Amino acid sequence: MDGLDTLKARFIAAVSAASDEAALEEVRLAALGKKGEISALMAGLGKMDPEARKAAGAQLNILKDEIDAALRAKKAALADAALNERLQAEWLDVTLPGRPRRMGTIHPVSQVMDELTAIFADMGFAVAEGPQVESDWYNFDALNIPPEHPARQEHDTFFMARAEGDNRPPHVLRTHTSPVQIRAMAAQGAPIRVIAPGRVYRMDMDQTHTPMFHQVEGLAIDRDISMANLKWTLEEFCRAFFKVPSVELRFRASHFPFTEPSAEVDIRCSWEGGQLKIGEGDKWMEILGSGMVHPKVLAAAGVDPTQWQGFAFGMGIDRIAMLKYGIPDLRAFFESDLRWLRHYGFAALDMPDLAGGLSR
Amino acid sequence: MKFTLSWLKDHLETEAPLDAILDALTDLGLEVEEVADPVASLGAFRIARVIEAVQHPNADRLRVCRVETLPDGPGGRVEEVQVVCGAPNARTGLVGVFAPPGTHVPGTGVDLKPGVIRGVESNGMLCSERELMLSDDHNGIIELPADAPLGMRFIDYRGLNDPMIHVKITPNRPDALGVRGIARDLAARGLGKLKPLEIPAIKGSFKSPIGVTIDHALKTKGCPLFAGRLIRGVKNGPSPDWMQAQLKAIGLRPISTLVDITNYFTFALNRPLHVFDAAKVKGSLRIHPAKGGEELLALDGKTYTLKPGMMLISDDAQPESLAGIMGGELSGCTEATTDVFLESAYWDPITIAATGRALKINSDARYRFERGVDPAFTLPGLDLATQMVLDLCGGEASELVVDGAVPETDRAYRLDPARVVSLVGMDIPEAEQRATLTALGFTLKGDMAHPPTWRPDIQGEADLVEEVARIASLTKLQGKPLSRPVSGVLRPILTPQQERERAARRMLAGLGYNECVTYSFIDAKAAALFGGGAEAVRIDNPISSEMTHLRPDLLPGLLQAAARNQARGFMDLALFEVGPVFAGGEPGEQAVHATGLLVGAAAARDPFGSRRPVDLFDAKADAEAVLATLGAPARVQITRKAEGWWHPGRSGVVALGPNALATFGEVHPSVLRALDVKGPAVAFTIRIANVPLPKVKTPTRPALKLSDLQAVDRDFAFVVDAKVEALTLVNAAQGADKALIESVRVFDQFTGDKAEAQMGAGKKSVALTVRLQPVEKTLTEAEIEAVSARIVEKVTKASGGTLRS
Repeated sequence: MDGLDTLKARFIAAVSAASDEAALEEVRLAALGKKGEISALMAGLGKMDPEARKAAGAQLNILKDEIDAALRAKKAALADAALNERLQAEWLDVTLPGRPRRMGTIHPVSQVMDELTAIFADMGFAVAEGPQVESDWYNFDALNIPPEHPARQEHDTFFMARAEGDNRPPHVLRTHTSPVQIRAMAAQGAPIRVIAPGRVYRMDMDQTHTPMFHQVEGLAIDRDISMANLKWTLEEFCRAFFKVPSVELRFRASHFPFTEPSAEVDIRCSWEGGQLKIGEGDKWMEILGSGMVHPKVLAAAGVDPTQWQGFAFGMGIDRIAMLKYGIPDLRAFFESDLRWLRHYGFAALDMPDLAGGLSR
Repeated sequence: MKFTLSWLKDHLETEAPLDAILDALTDLGLEVEEVADPVASLGAFRIARVIEAVQHPNADRLRVCRVETLPDGPGGRVEEVQVVCGAPNARTGLVGVFAPPGTHVPGTGVDLKPGVIRGVESNGMLCSERELMLSDDHNGIIELPADAPLGMRFIDYRGLNDPMIHVKITPNRPDALGVRGIARDLAARGLGKLKPLEIPAIKGSFKSPIGVTIDHALKTKGCPLFAGRLIRGVKNGPSPDWMQAQLKAIGLRPISTLVDITNYFTFALNRPLHVFDAAKVKGSLRIHPAKGGEELLALDGKTYTLKPGMMLISDDAQPESLAGIMGGELSGCTEATTDVFLESAYWDPITIAATGRALKINSDARYRFERGVDPAFTLPGLDLATQMVLDLCGGEASELVVDGAVPETDRAYRLDPARVVSLVGMDIPEAEQRATLTALGFTLKGDMAHPPTWRPDIQGEADLVEEVARIASLTKLQGKPLSRPVSGVLRPILTPQQERERAARRMLAGLGYNECVTYSFIDAKAAALFGGGAEAVRIDNPISSEMTHLRPDLLPGLLQAAARNQARGFMDLALFEVGPVFAGGEPGEQAVHATGLLVGAAAARDPFGSRRPVDLFDAKADAEAVLATLGAPARVQITRKAEGWWHPGRSGVVALGPNALATFGEVHPSVLRALDVKGPAVAFTIRIANVPLPKVKTPTRPALKLSDLQAVDRDFAFVVDAKVEALTLVNAAQGADKALIESVRVFDQFTGDKAEAQMGAGKKSVALTVRLQPVEKTLTEAEIEAVSARIVEKVTKASGGTLRS
């Protein structure tokens, strides 16, 4: 049956020559269609004797399968080529921008408050709050600043208007977060550990002052808390907050009416080429005021000073934000310039936590 | 408080170097603010000799000098330097002051460099007094005697090597407002020995013609003690050089010996004094409260009108001095004064502070008296000053004139050495604690410590602790770990409200808003636009007219921020703030709002046409997202009762009964115009505290019920009046079969002219899709039809509409 080899060669050649699906179908019909040559040969089998039919039938079936396989392969190849051609035509300019999506930001003050909370929470401090319009008593008297005390003048206090006939001392916009010490102790008693971050107000506006800024108060009262514990707490805080392996703090004697002894706290740093580095160098920078809570303050808040003692500190949040993140101008914090908000802001998901290293 | 090192050494015997003194001062709580060290500013200027001065070949007014210098000091190597000098007195043989190249010349601000002047090399400068900032003299270079030691530092030769130290004194330390008080602190620290202060015995040789009486009303409080002495036959000229030098060094202008003595005592011993020209005092002096309306020309040249109760010193004719604050011009001493009445008094700090504040006078005397001078030193101070007047001006002193007595200040507090150690956390032995207090002037009787008369600030045991700790040095304090309050994992520390403020903030940033922190106070006009600006929230002493009232709402601040950004060309904004607003002026009349503001377009222009103006539904979606984050229930009412600063037709309130959780909508166009914001602007305000806390306290979620049966969606369109709210239709449809209907959603609305043309005037079409979720078995077509019919019935009944055919 040499004829079959020829036949096969012819059809295989025809398959590979088919340039599209229609041409391929023609080849299929010519070979395997009802009137196709192979079908005709198959039909001719019936006239053969059984021995010859068996041999020829097997050969024809092989031939039919081979041509069928070739047709299918060719069909798949043609489909691939067609798809390829379509995809080539579907070219888009991938350098165009993606669909717009707004990216929001968290203000540095909020971010730093969250950082403070994360650090102090780990040392067992809760977050306390108090009103921003404060009575004269909470803002001053209870903190051992009687009316005639010279420290009152140094506070540059904003006073609320008093209605005619209301003879109470005018309320003030709190000049510090310290009144929260009194409110927290009065509410909770001792022992207590709280921080109180929030807005405070002073009548001061120049290059480095704004009439509103943020402070965080810290308070820890227990049976035997000492100034040495205060120093350790602040060292731990600064080390964690500024993300440095170690810090060195220097306590300097000072005076605040509500603490005794009182200390200003300096941190070792270096300034080189306008770059601040915490924890190294030979400069000292003042970062906060602190001390042991004055017995009169404890008593004013209803805590027995013969039984309880502890420390308090107050620190500028905006200021430590400026130091940590290299923000040059305090006034810009409150101007809401979109460029500033985007540049110094934080992503929504940059939630400070100690496990993640507090800040990126 | 300023003083010089030499002044300090008048009271402190010490060999300590300057740096050690400065470090100790700061550590003791007397923070060094500034040091003017002449070695740093003038140490390079040395005495040199002009070997020869010849005419400059190219300039008439210049001379070329060969100068002999000894850069290492007397006895060191000699260098000859060529200097071109323009001074008329530059001449051969002159001994003057030379500065080598590299020196900063304070008078000109120039750093000297080797140079060539008109073709001749010049390596340094021969200096005038003005160039050294010693005087205004610039007529020529400094000329020194021919035997002045060559190579010596000029500051050493002229006695200028006296550093000036400026320390910040905290309000509790009036004693440190005198050089002696500072010396006492340093001595207690171990930096030297406090020199004894000898009080001379003054014998008056005659009775003072000027007497003194304190009004009864002031004796117990305002002026417990007033003493004086007349010194006659004095000669009042310029004070001696040493005194002038000290006063100048701390920035005071020498006036005359008598006046300079009072200033000197103020700073040396914290003992303010006053001198009257006795010839100008009529009769005797009376210390009394002002009646009110009296006028006095004070030494600062200003006339002050007194209010009732202010303390005055008057003679028989008129007021002569603002007691304890400032003397009067008319009875002041001049160069012509021959008889002087020297006053030393003790004034009550509170009265002085009140008067000083009311009259706005800041004098060195007021500053000290209001913080508290040593009452027991009133008479010794007078004696010392009298002696100095006699020594420097001559004359003859009268007997003492005095009224009142030294007020009793003795008191005592228990020193508990163990408590000191416990509070400070430093191991300070008892003996050291006692030695410290003794060195500071305390008297110890057993365990009771009596503070010295010059320490009015010591008011309790805690003050003793502070003194001991301060002298022991807090710099040496070593940190000790603070024990953890509980063992194991810490408990949560935020209150639900704090957590929700935080969640709102993070959610808003996540929704693409930029967080702002704006001022709590705004201007009256903006406050009024938002229902604020009442008298109760007015600040009595605002710092600017932009910051007069506590804000009633966060929107005005955000809108003003938007206007500022628009002025810079940023027109599309998404801003938010989470912060306090104030309903009144009493403590606690504040609440925390979370407010978001969208202005301009929802997106920038882009190739996909994403840009469209923001609208109310952007604000609503974001408000709902935040509310969901805060745990607000899904089913809420929407009312149209938003406040007046919202667009009345395009705003809504998310409420639970009377409890308003949030407001959203377009900002009223007239508010935008008033605040100069270019719209569109939509916003929302969430009253965080109004969102009810979830009732369920467990973190366990309810079980999730999932049905395997296929849900069925059916769409309905209704024709209703244009002002019928979609929520009415949704709620009605929902009520048609509570078990079977899983959700109802508006998926289309058809409004406007075309809709009215089809459906009739004042009509619109609202399309709902209802999802039916069978629970037990698949729904049959008949069952679906039955529910659908009920939905149509309920909706048409509730809305007054019809099913759209």
